[in-house]
Amino acid sequence: MTFWNNPINFIGNWLTGLLTGWHLPVALATILLYIIGITVLIVFAMTLDIGLVWVERKVVARFQDRLGPNRIGPFGLIQPVADIIKMVIKEDITPAGADKIIYNIAPVLAATSVILLWAILPLASTIYGVDLNVGLLYIVAAGALGTLAIIMAGWSSNNKYALLGAFRMVSNMISYEIPMVIILLIPTILANTMSVQGITQAQSGMWFAILSPLALLIFVISAIAELGRSPFDLNEAESEIVAGFHIEYTGMKFGWFYAGELLHAFTFGGFMAILFFGGYGGFFGLEKLAAFGWLNIPFVQALVFITKAMIGYWVIMWVKYSVPRIRIDHMLAFNWKFLVPLALVVLVNTAVLNKVLIDLPGWLYVLGMFGSNIVIGFITVEILRAHGRKQRSLTPPSPQPLHPSGHMSQGERGV
Amino acid sequence: MQNEWLYIGIFLVIGIIVPVVPLVFARLVAPRKPNSIKQSTYECGIETVGESWVQFKAQYYIFALVFLVFDVESVFLFPWALTLKQLPLFVVLEGILFIGILVTGLVYAWRKGMLEWV
Repeated sequence: MTFWNNPINFIGNWLTGLLTGWHLPVALATILLYIIGITVLIVFAMTLDIGLVWVERKVVARFQDRLGPNRIGPFGLIQPVADIIKMVIKEDITPAGADKIIYNIAPVLAATSVILLWAILPLASTIYGVDLNVGLLYIVAAGALGTLAIIMAGWSSNNKYALLGAFRMVSNMISYEIPMVIILLIPTILANTMSVQGITQAQSGMWFAILSPLALLIFVISAIAELGRSPFDLNEAESEIVAGFHIEYTGMKFGWFYAGELLHAFTFGGFMAILFFGGYGGFFGLEKLAAFGWLNIPFVQALVFITKAMIGYWVIMWVKYSVPRIRIDHMLAFNWKFLVPLALVVLVNTAVLNKVLIDLPGWLYVLGMFGSNIVIGFITVEILRAHGRKQRSLTPPSPQPLHPSGHMSQGERGV
Repeated sequence: MQNEWLYIGIFLVIGIIVPVVPLVFARLVAPRKPNSIKQSTYECGIETVGESWVQFKAQYYIFALVFLVFDVESVFLFPWALTLKQLPLFVVLEGILFIGILVTGLVYAWRKGMLEWV
């Protein structure tokens, strides 16, 4: 074991030797090591977060045909640091009627829920916090904490817009969480484990994105809904409820909501990579060849993982800046009448086919899984087209006149 | 890792400390000059009327009820999915029967017109 093939354990063993050499009990030395390791991991995540602020601002500028930050430092790279300094020295205003305790806990919880996800994120085969055997359930649990933070922020601000934002977040949660949980069952079935390391290693031969492309699609949609990003950004909806749940927050408290959202999006890009694109490894067995042995160096693996996660993050940004916001009742209908049935069909398909095809030769197995997904996707599109045709034949071809009284009809009144 | 949950516990504690540090720092360096206008509730320039903590009709409450059922039942599917490889085909089909009961519930709610904006 050298520094280059197992850096964490190498440093860990060296530090344990050093600390026990000072006559510290082993248990205490272990806890001290955990604290050091965790601090390094979280500081790394936070540093990445600062970088993400720059990436996000630069990419949104390019999507909107602007230049983006370009004044402070080369290509505006120092801009996020200036942002942080500004946020810290801004006055922190608490509205008079707010529930102060919950109001102050909410931004901390919003950041903590994202940081907690980093505990199980495997950056490389030997660089990771902890490998829980219930990793996927942990993802769902930590994600729910972020939703709770938004609901707390919305409720405690004592502001009508914020309350509406919290109400909308609840509707977001009750619609995305079922497809999300059902879809997390599919990597579980394919890899036969819930630990993220196990799922990553199970994909060394074939990515789950190829075995089940529909599951990937549903995962991306429900991840965007969990993040509360456009087209599901109903909880902040600048043009309707101004800024929703964080309307009353100023200074660094607002900063944590912002930073938490960016890091959350990146982390979900990472989970996309882990669950469907083989995480830090997985180039269809390429890394097992002697000529590509360097792909197994932990630092290269970490680089591969971050690149894959960044691509996932970029897709989430791409969707955010090109799709308009969905109406709230449409979102509920879309999730319950489309995503949930589709997710259940994909689950049943994966469970049965995985059982039937597993004994066949590898290429037939992959072809069967991929082909069945294509067939399901084709049938789904056909059903949707038939439904669309029926809808169009029911409504008259001329554009519908406004309601005579000028009021919105019952269905259009939003929360 | 010798103790996974100890690690998660320490992670939680440090994960709370890290966001608190800049907030404490901001409290030390940021100006604090509160006044009643600054602290009033923001409502696009209009003075706010009445309480915000009122009883409010969440029009999606039936979705929430269906959600509760599905959320609990989907947790039961995890042990089934985890042991799928060792199980005989018969048990796999039993799991699918369970999913079928779930789907029947969804179809029932749908047909009853419950999955609508009320």
